Amino acid sequence: MSENQSNNSALVRVEGVGKVFHRGAEDIHVLTDLNLQVPTGEFLALMGPSGSGKTTLLNLIGGLDRPSKGSVSVAGENIDQLSDRALAAWRARHVGFVFQLYNLMPVLTAERNVELPLLLTHLSKAERRKHVETALAMVGLSHRAKHYPRTLSGGEQQRVGIARGIVTDPTLLLCDEPTGDLDRKAGDEILDLLQGLNREHGKTIIMVTHDPHASARAARTVYLNKGQLTNEPVK
Amino acid sequence: MKFLHLIGSNLRRKKLRTSLTLLSIVVAFILFGFLSAIQQALVGGVALAGADRLIVRQKVSIINLLPVSYEARMDRIPGVDFSTHQTWFGGIYQDPKNFFMQNPVEPEKFLKIHPEIILSPEQLKAWLTTRTGAIVGRRTADRFHWKIGDQVPIRSTIWSANGSQTWTFDIVGIYDGKDKGTDTTPLFFRYDYFDEARTGGKGEVGWFTIRIKDPSQAAEVAKLVDAEFENSPAETKTEPEGAFIQGWASQIGNIVFIVAAILVAVFFTILLVTGNTMAQAVRERTGELGVLKAIGFTNGQIVGLVLAESCLLTVIGGAVGLGLACAVTPVMAEKLAGLLPLFFLPTHDVLVGLGISIALGFVTGIIPALQAMRLRVADALRRM
Repeated sequence: MSENQSNNSALVRVEGVGKVFHRGAEDIHVLTDLNLQVPTGEFLALMGPSGSGKTTLLNLIGGLDRPSKGSVSVAGENIDQLSDRALAAWRARHVGFVFQLYNLMPVLTAERNVELPLLLTHLSKAERRKHVETALAMVGLSHRAKHYPRTLSGGEQQRVGIARGIVTDPTLLLCDEPTGDLDRKAGDEILDLLQGLNREHGKTIIMVTHDPHASARAARTVYLNKGQLTNEPVK
Repeated sequence: MKFLHLIGSNLRRKKLRTSLTLLSIVVAFILFGFLSAIQQALVGGVALAGADRLIVRQKVSIINLLPVSYEARMDRIPGVDFSTHQTWFGGIYQDPKNFFMQNPVEPEKFLKIHPEIILSPEQLKAWLTTRTGAIVGRRTADRFHWKIGDQVPIRSTIWSANGSQTWTFDIVGIYDGKDKGTDTTPLFFRYDYFDEARTGGKGEVGWFTIRIKDPSQAAEVAKLVDAEFENSPAETKTEPEGAFIQGWASQIGNIVFIVAAILVAVFFTILLVTGNTMAQAVRERTGELGVLKAIGFTNGQIVGLVLAESCLLTVIGGAVGLGLACAVTPVMAEKLAGLLPLFFLPTHDVLVGLGISIALGFVTGIIPALQAMRLRVADALRRM
């Protein structure tokens, strides 16, 4: 695929993005004039040392934060221009999140956790149930639907987190260190799952990781260093 | 409704803390119920007082009697429809704890001036033809299992007849109240029998009740009545029935103020307890709120969830507390029938209580809800 073709079909466009955090009188420039395109259906790994701005970039792409300058568009929609309310609705429609620490509600069963994003839709209870069953089946956890997070292993919890991320069939799946809290075996299972979602279901995935073993599963890896993207690993 | 499970699950998160908070709310609303019933018992009669009725008592004290001859003079005063009288009998049935009111009255005038007392025509006829006849309210009749035809001995602490303080009455009627607020504990018997039989104080009565032709003229008529008896050995003080009842209750103190002060203190404490619970509950799950926001919950929905949670907590507590108060009040009313005959929890106060529980939930939840709303998603997620 040529660069032009890639640009034309890019699902995610990050253009000239800068992000500055203010700590007292000090300005911390986390991202500087950053550009990134992610085509539809790509599995992209985003690597970099701690504090390089990986999660910040992921938050900007996912509409959890706004850039200090530049623009972020997903599927042609300039999300940094949306109001808070519209941005929340956009996230509900287009983005699935997978977090390092799973971030499940401890008071809800696996199926209720997976159902959460569907509460924001107009689906009936029966339709929600059907979607939840499908999502749990895709991550191989149908038999654990009634279990609370505390009774699940770390790998199982992360699979519930992935089921929650994909239950609305989002345009984009954003994973922040999805294997960061798992042992190698459980981590591999999660990576298999993500790879399957990308290859078999065409999901566009952006995964932040510091683990080369995890990034090797992605189709493309980009590196963040000092607020800039490179195609070469940071020495 | 689809969020109900999420709201309920959050309340079950810290069962002990939620239970203790709930318990404190329940206790507060039981107290609210009891105080409302006490207030109703003491000053509830004010609302039920006839707007067209004036009470005339001795100016110095209600203990001092007035000549019965005043009745005819009052009836001639412009604006007065008619008047009748009652006298405090102060009787005891079997045991001093069986206290209830008994007064001698003029039957026909008494029933005419108190239309809230419902007596069948047959029973009225029996009363008029039985000199020692008495009518008793349904609550007292039920309390002592009296029925028509019974003879009941009542010992007066004030009046004696034929050398004895025990008077025997024939129960000829059992009356009901027009509405729930009507006191159906007193016993009324005939004044002519009372005046003839008593050994002292003949021709004197406790107080008069006047029915006036135009309630809007109450103040003017009251002035005319007092002027009529000015400079006599028994000067009068005339006031609307509501003011009379209010004054009676005020002997204990400003009931409304006392009840309001206690309730303000109780609910302020509950406000702090529940507010603290909600603030802690929200603080503890900052990360989870961040997740909800990340997956698309709007700020308004987050505020709604937190408010619904605090309101659910206070409404459950309020409903249980008021329910218990409603269940226990009738039992207490039986025990207090003599002292506080109108001791009951009015429906209006139950509704006010439920309103307070919702308001309490809103006030205790609003600050944590706004804090949750202001959370930046990226910051909140870091606190998981």
